[in-house]
Amino acid sequence: MAITDLTATEMRDALRRREISAAEATDASLAAIERLDGQVKAFLAVDAAGARRRAAEIDKRLAAGETVGMLAGIPVAIKDNMCIRNGLATTCASRILGNWKAPYDAHVVERLMAEGAVIVGKTNLDEFAMGSSTENSAFGATRNPWNLDCVPGGSSGGSAAAVAARMTPIALGSDTGGSIRQPAALCGVVGMKPTYGRVSRYGLVAFASSLDQIGPFARTVADAALLLQATAGEDKRDSTCVSVKDQPVPDYLASLEEPVKPLRIGLPKQFFGKGLDGEVEKVVRSALAVYERLGAQLVEVDLPHSTEYSIATYYIVATSEASSNLARYDGVHYGYRSTDHADMIDMYMRSRAQGFGDEVKRRIMLGNYALSSGYYDAYYKKALKVRRLIRGDFEKAFRKVDCIMGPTSPTAAFRQGEKTADPLAMYLSDVYTVSCNLAGIAGISLPCGFTAAGLPVGLQVLSDVFTEDRLLRIARMYERQVDWAARRPPVCEGAA
Amino acid sequence: MSADLEPTIGLEVHMHLATRTKLFCGCKVQYDVRPNSNVCPVCLGMPGVLPVMNREAVELSVRMALALGCTIPDFAKWDRKHYYYPDLPKNYQISEYDQPLGVGGHLDIETSKGTRCIGITRAHLEEDAGKLMHAEAGNYSIVDLNRTGTPLLEIVSEPDVHTAEEARAYGEALRQLAVYLGVGHCHLQLGQMRFEPNVSLRIGTGPDGKPRYTPISEMKNLNSFRSVERAVAYEIARHREEYLANPAKYTLENLGKETRGWRDDEGTSFLMRSKEEAHDYRYLPEPDLVPFVPDRKWVEELRAGVPELPEKRRRRFIADYGLSEYDAGVLTAERETADYFEELVAGLVGAHSEERQVADYFGELVEAVARLRTSGDWRATRGLKACGDWLSQHVRRTLNELKISTKEFRNRLPASKLSDLVIISEEGVVNRNTAVEIFDKMVTTGKSAADIVSEENLSQVGDSGAIEAFVDQALAANAKAVEDYRGGKKASFGRLMGEAMKASGGKANPALVKDILQKKLGG
Repeated sequence: MAITDLTATEMRDALRRREISAAEATDASLAAIERLDGQVKAFLAVDAAGARRRAAEIDKRLAAGETVGMLAGIPVAIKDNMCIRNGLATTCASRILGNWKAPYDAHVVERLMAEGAVIVGKTNLDEFAMGSSTENSAFGATRNPWNLDCVPGGSSGGSAAAVAARMTPIALGSDTGGSIRQPAALCGVVGMKPTYGRVSRYGLVAFASSLDQIGPFARTVADAALLLQATAGEDKRDSTCVSVKDQPVPDYLASLEEPVKPLRIGLPKQFFGKGLDGEVEKVVRSALAVYERLGAQLVEVDLPHSTEYSIATYYIVATSEASSNLARYDGVHYGYRSTDHADMIDMYMRSRAQGFGDEVKRRIMLGNYALSSGYYDAYYKKALKVRRLIRGDFEKAFRKVDCIMGPTSPTAAFRQGEKTADPLAMYLSDVYTVSCNLAGIAGISLPCGFTAAGLPVGLQVLSDVFTEDRLLRIARMYERQVDWAARRPPVCEGAA
Repeated sequence: MSADLEPTIGLEVHMHLATRTKLFCGCKVQYDVRPNSNVCPVCLGMPGVLPVMNREAVELSVRMALALGCTIPDFAKWDRKHYYYPDLPKNYQISEYDQPLGVGGHLDIETSKGTRCIGITRAHLEEDAGKLMHAEAGNYSIVDLNRTGTPLLEIVSEPDVHTAEEARAYGEALRQLAVYLGVGHCHLQLGQMRFEPNVSLRIGTGPDGKPRYTPISEMKNLNSFRSVERAVAYEIARHREEYLANPAKYTLENLGKETRGWRDDEGTSFLMRSKEEAHDYRYLPEPDLVPFVPDRKWVEELRAGVPELPEKRRRRFIADYGLSEYDAGVLTAERETADYFEELVAGLVGAHSEERQVADYFGELVEAVARLRTSGDWRATRGLKACGDWLSQHVRRTLNELKISTKEFRNRLPASKLSDLVIISEEGVVNRNTAVEIFDKMVTTGKSAADIVSEENLSQVGDSGAIEAFVDQALAANAKAVEDYRGGKKASFGRLMGEAMKASGGKANPALVKDILQKKLGG
């Protein structure tokens, strides 16, 4: 078995038993990137030298019998909207940041370093995490390892593709409206958005602050649990991150194999309506049948404000916050500055006009409009009210059921370029995922089969705030019954 | 339509809070350091950073709001106020827009026409911006972000101010209050306090019965009391002129609010932005911070901790200690001085307490003084006056000579030590001039008055036998002067008096010397 076929938990065990070294694990990861990334284009930057140095250091500590962290020697990829102080630029896949190098580590990066992880590089994304296909990158699109003509989903398409193509066993992404779960579904991997406040956002370049959350990509539920374990918890630098006194971080791996019984699964009719691809629905229903066989009870629930209003609400809240968060990119203090300006105002305008891509500009304009005096009440304030109604829908549903299931995305991976000319069609890729962010609850996408064309389909499972432990157990119940994780995407075949 | 043209002025006052660190990061609040050396990723607004609320800043703000009589609402929230300027790295300022931490209060000010009460609309906390400097040569500007993120308390008054003098008095009263409370240092030359008066004139009443006004001029960033007074006076006169020249057009409903700058050297104002150019700040509730929900118990503790305010204390000094208006004003201008005075009185009447703050025991002190006054004790009468005199004369002189603050002086010479000196001076153990010499030695050496007196054998000689000997000595050695005096040259008495004092080494009680000398000279 090739090292790159090992899951993170298997790799951890092999490392501890000294069957493989951190250097070997890192070299295997770097070799896979070298071999495959010319086609997949998952990475924006690879730090081979830094990763090797780090691996050598971990090997030394392992040899000395020192206690090492839970991710010791495991290669990890990071979405390029998280700050690392190691000399790699943080780009957010935008020209506007120029070659900006963060002078500090994000909280999750500190956590990964403390747990001994080997960060191999930074992955591609839609510019500032705005998009659903990783085509809105200033540095070129990432491709889906299952079909290179298709998109990997987005915005964390680089991390999803890196894990799907086994370049790293695990990766971090960020999810504002589905940016972890949707690419996970389209790339056939596990992707989780934790509860808002479970993982610190310090050092995550903000898109929409009240929605953004960092989460894991992995090939298995156990690996997702491991990476969540390493990153979850309190951080005084993020006021919206909960204290462990209020919400202790459970041992996710310890309880993982315990099935949830009895298990009541809520099926919102809104998640199975118009726009859902027939083949995707069939695959998802067969996964639900697996749960039924395991004794779960399927219950219809109503989320009257989700889907119908969630996209509209999301695009007002997210763009309003984005227009504010992205105001700082002006060419004055860092990043890209136009060279052909006439005066200060012209410098602002040209730097931003030349530095941002079309989708980012579109959202900044939407957000600025929604926040303008005279429009605030009609748009932003009303969106906040609907947001509370959506949260209320979920609260009500979770009184009846343990989780809610449905498709992660209405379609499997679509073709490169298919939706780039129609922003609204692109926005609808997130129709099932955005309400989870608006409600602040936890969600996961699991591989649950393939279309006839061989493209992965994702099952989305949503659960109430701070019930990640139960959510992971529910996901694991299904995973034990299937072997989708063993399938290798075509791009990897013959290479191992 | 009667055009009384009464000025209607509201003030927005910004003050830096006396916190150790900035509002949302761990950078120290410091001035006069190398440009851009006092910054971190958070106050530089770098990608990915998040603000964390400084509790000390909130506490100081609430303390100030309470002292102004404001209500502290159960919920205050942070908002982002957007505008593009290079001194604001995020291109938005974190402030409190529609739910500030303090609402509705008032401040009494002293003016030449008596005490006036100015309403306070609100008090809210926000972050300061950096400083933009324009190069003298070349078409570029440079920015210093050291000040970025410094906590700024904005206090907005009701339009209750009607004259330039009142505008100044209001600013001065706010400063005194903030310094008294330890809320801000308010050094105007460091930009720690800035004023924005909104000036308009009332043009009688409109047909609908509502008052009508000239346009509102918001005067930006005045940084001295003098400029506030001058700018407001100028603007009042300018409005009057503009209105009288064109009463139909120069109204608030036509022209709205405009933003004006002040050229202090020329003494003129200029238009910065008219109503049409006003910013749309696109306020957004700050998603990176949780709302501020004050604990009621904590607010009550802060309320209880608000010290006696300067104006109240001044009136109490007059009533309780029988001080003159003037002396009471001087002694209460600064909290440290007023505290030192009361500590001095406490030492004088034997009520001093090293462990406690004056604020905790002044009630007992006042009672002790009242008891002594009833029994006619000198300490409750000329003793109090003497304490005031020591402070306003010799202590003040020392502060100026050594260039130290009252606080530093208090560390050198605690009030309990100075009160011992006041007592021996007032009881005649040493004479006044000697007391001043002892005072100076106490300041430099830190020794007690008693030690200096005994070491240098300075106690005043009050024994009439000994004084008689000094007088005799003087008379014997100055026969000519005695003769002159007896021959009618009364001025010779002074000479003989001085000789007798000299013979005593300056320690003789002058009154006794005078008595004995007069007797001996036979008249």
